[in-house]
Amino acid sequence: MTVFDAPLEPVAADRIARPARQQVAVAAITFAAVLALVFGVVPALANDYWFSAILIPFLALSLAGLGLNLLTGYAGQLSLGTSAFMAIGAFGAYNALLRIPHLPLFAGFAIGGVAAAVVGVVFGLPSLRIKGFYLVVSTLAAQFFVEWAFTKVGWFSNFNASGVISAPPLLIAGRDFSGPRGRYLLSAAVVVALTVLVRNAVGGDAGRSWMAVRDMDTAARVAGIPILRSKLSAFAVSSFICGVAGALWAFAYLGTVEPHGFDLDRSFQVLFIIIIGGLGSLSGAFLGAAFIVLLPIALDNLAARFLTGVVDVGHLENLEKIIFGGLIIFFLTKEPGGLAHLLARRWARTVEKLRRRRGLAS
Amino acid sequence: MQFFLEVLVGGLLAGVMYSLVAIGFVLIYKASGVFNFAQGAMVLFAALTFVSLVERGLPFWPSLAVTLLVMVAIGLGIERGVLRRLVNRPPIVLFMATLGLSFVLEGLAQTLWGSQVHGLELGVSDTPFEVHGVMVSQFDLFAAGTAGALVIGLALLFNRTRLGLALRGVADDPLAALSIGIDLRRVWAVVWAVAGAVALVAGLLWGARVGVQFSLSLIVLKALPVLIIGGFTSVAGAILGGLLIGATEKLAEVYLGLTLGGGIENWFPYVLALLFLLVRPTGLYGEARVERV
Amino acid sequence: MAAGVTWSEAEVAVALSAGADAAAAPRRPAEGVDPLLRLDGIHLSFNGVPVLDDVGFAVARGEICALIGPNGAGKSSLLNVICGVYRPQRGSVTFAGETRAHMHPERAARRGMARTFQNVALFRGMTARENVMTGGHLHRRAGLWRQIARTPLARREEIVARAQADRILDFLHIGAHRDAIVAGLPYGLQKRVELRRALAARPSLLLLDEPMAGMTFEEKQELAGLILDVNSELGVTVVLIEHDMGIVMDLSDHVVVLDHGRQIAHGAPEDVCEDRAVIDAYLGLADDQAADDGEGAGAGPLRG
Repeated sequence: MTVFDAPLEPVAADRIARPARQQVAVAAITFAAVLALVFGVVPALANDYWFSAILIPFLALSLAGLGLNLLTGYAGQLSLGTSAFMAIGAFGAYNALLRIPHLPLFAGFAIGGVAAAVVGVVFGLPSLRIKGFYLVVSTLAAQFFVEWAFTKVGWFSNFNASGVISAPPLLIAGRDFSGPRGRYLLSAAVVVALTVLVRNAVGGDAGRSWMAVRDMDTAARVAGIPILRSKLSAFAVSSFICGVAGALWAFAYLGTVEPHGFDLDRSFQVLFIIIIGGLGSLSGAFLGAAFIVLLPIALDNLAARFLTGVVDVGHLENLEKIIFGGLIIFFLTKEPGGLAHLLARRWARTVEKLRRRRGLAS
Repeated sequence: MQFFLEVLVGGLLAGVMYSLVAIGFVLIYKASGVFNFAQGAMVLFAALTFVSLVERGLPFWPSLAVTLLVMVAIGLGIERGVLRRLVNRPPIVLFMATLGLSFVLEGLAQTLWGSQVHGLELGVSDTPFEVHGVMVSQFDLFAAGTAGALVIGLALLFNRTRLGLALRGVADDPLAALSIGIDLRRVWAVVWAVAGAVALVAGLLWGARVGVQFSLSLIVLKALPVLIIGGFTSVAGAILGGLLIGATEKLAEVYLGLTLGGGIENWFPYVLALLFLLVRPTGLYGEARVERV
Repeated sequence: MAAGVTWSEAEVAVALSAGADAAAAPRRPAEGVDPLLRLDGIHLSFNGVPVLDDVGFAVARGEICALIGPNGAGKSSLLNVICGVYRPQRGSVTFAGETRAHMHPERAARRGMARTFQNVALFRGMTARENVMTGGHLHRRAGLWRQIARTPLARREEIVARAQADRILDFLHIGAHRDAIVAGLPYGLQKRVELRRALAARPSLLLLDEPMAGMTFEEKQELAGLILDVNSELGVTVVLIEHDMGIVMDLSDHVVVLDHGRQIAHGAPEDVCEDRAVIDAYLGLADDQAADDGEGAGAGPLRG
């Protein structure tokens, strides 16, 4: 059969193969299950401690991890300034809600996010001239400068003498969400919504452009992908997400807005989240955040149960450090895909085993 | 004018200290392309080990010797345990691994030796003396002298010994070095051991200056702008960069600080390094890499 | 939107079905029309080391032009100059009517240029399908915002792109590897994916850097057929770097010979292989090649 004999397939958009029905159904069911879990099951079962100490910080850190993963995992731009963008989001939201009367809460968050996005783009501009590892300097500069600015410039803290401001009451459509359950629901709604949007961005052409820029920008340019625009959009979207995460962290978790909670250590923490969770994977942000939030608590409990008196608080912190550092090295050497990849493989293996058993039985 | 000179000199001498730490980075980066974020933690570990030994009664020189051995062992351990498994990974991954390493070392150091602040006595007094009307600290001069000796020693190592030649070959092109029979592992082991020793020197000097405490490991953050300006692969660049950062940081803190409030030195070196990179993306002495596709 | 040839789905399907009958397809280099690509006086050097010295030739629309020469002659560098990755110290590149000393690669891509690389420049962290989909980037109209919001346009374009990529991969039997991360694929498969990525851009000028390196005889025939189809059915102009002289003679309308950065001959394949200077340049190489192919030492240098 020659070229000329090959059948010509008329291709109209509605006749093109869509993703298999099965896959769409599975995705929809999974999403519904997640929603049910997040908004139905958990609020019914959890108590105040769980909300305040575990779930809310988990949600805020997951969102920050999502933002950083987009920038570092997908677009390949290493950033050590995550918590600076979180701080901008928190302070931006605070100032917006303070100074604009009748501003809805979510709009305040959005404004904080946009402010973070703008600053993110500014510190992302050097990425055109500066390649690879050197770019760390730009995000570090952002980190230190922002931390300094929020401490020094009183306007941001509304000239509060102590520099620490309490978050305004969380009112949505007149209902108060300031209690633990309310704050949880608020955070969950924000995180779910933003995760969907990030997933859309990452799964489409934009996500591929980011990955292309990460993997080989020369080939990307030759394919017509605009490098600067891709990098800047990565910075913008990532910083927006981190900004909203920062607003959540301050408003829903801490209840206060202060610059020192957004220091370099916090940036490292978010970086660890995505390394442990899995670079370039959305679920990785959640897994990593869960790990980071739960490990210290688990250690505390273990120590209380088995090592009372032998090990004091300071030692525990050091132990945590060693464990985290060790895990980073472990994941980077042995399992670069992080927890996400590890679990995905376990899952695939289990499914395979089940399938085989079913095959044998029938 | 005199005040300006004092600030300048003080800054330059502080810069020498930065250079010391930066040289440790340059060594490792030159030989293996890794930006060793754990260098700061190594400095802390060295200082803590030395101080703890001295406090437990071991005299100065034996303590120094033991600490040197420990640092060399740590350096070798890092190379063999961690970095060898990460050959061929992109620089970002290597950097993050050293980040993890720094956490491990910090936690370990403080678990072993506790987290209080220790004083460190090197037997050099800190009395200032006058040079042409400018006050200079004796200790700072001693530090500068030590740094100079270190640099000369390293220069001799790199340029006059066969090992140094091998090091430079490996830095240039590891594959080519392999093909002429250079034992990469031995070279890397030597480099990390030397870096451990440099960390010890830096740790002792810094510890004597600011006391041995946890924040010592944050020095690494200051070394980054130094390296960016001086280039990651040049010892001379590290020195120049260190001097530049030290001087401008102090000057900015004093003069800009009047208008903007204190704390400038936290971010000024970074912004400076950033602006510098925009003009010269590979630093003062760094090599411009031509991307062959 | 890419300038140059726009293809319908049907044309893509036709072009990419396997088993091309190479001899049956006539080649029609356009005559009397402005050349699609022209190089004038290109000088290129790196840190003072000269790489290209006064290189200049024209490639007519619809032509297949082969770039040959001993290793290190500067052929890949010349392709880099054409697509804008390297900036020449002197000289200009005229493409699709536009003359510039240096064109940015993004702009070259938008005007209809696509290319493969000697060292397979695939996006290592992505799957084969994703790689091919990035090739079609320029034909996407939905920008970031519409993708985030998943508008009907964005969704449709994604589905179409995905189907196209799948079809492009399915032909010639690499469909099974669609979801494989390319870093894990063998070299030959990677090269194929890379070519399909370039084709997904629907270029008017295709630059191929040693596309047949490492292939068996059958694979080379298959690829040669594909190149001919793409050229004759879809009018894509091709410039390729190739070492296999048999392929060069069969495929190309026009041959340019480089040696140590200088252009030592150009013209029809039959004329070039008689050229004294070219024979000299190849003398050492040709004997090696003849020995490799198991032919007698009496075979002429370029009659592969």
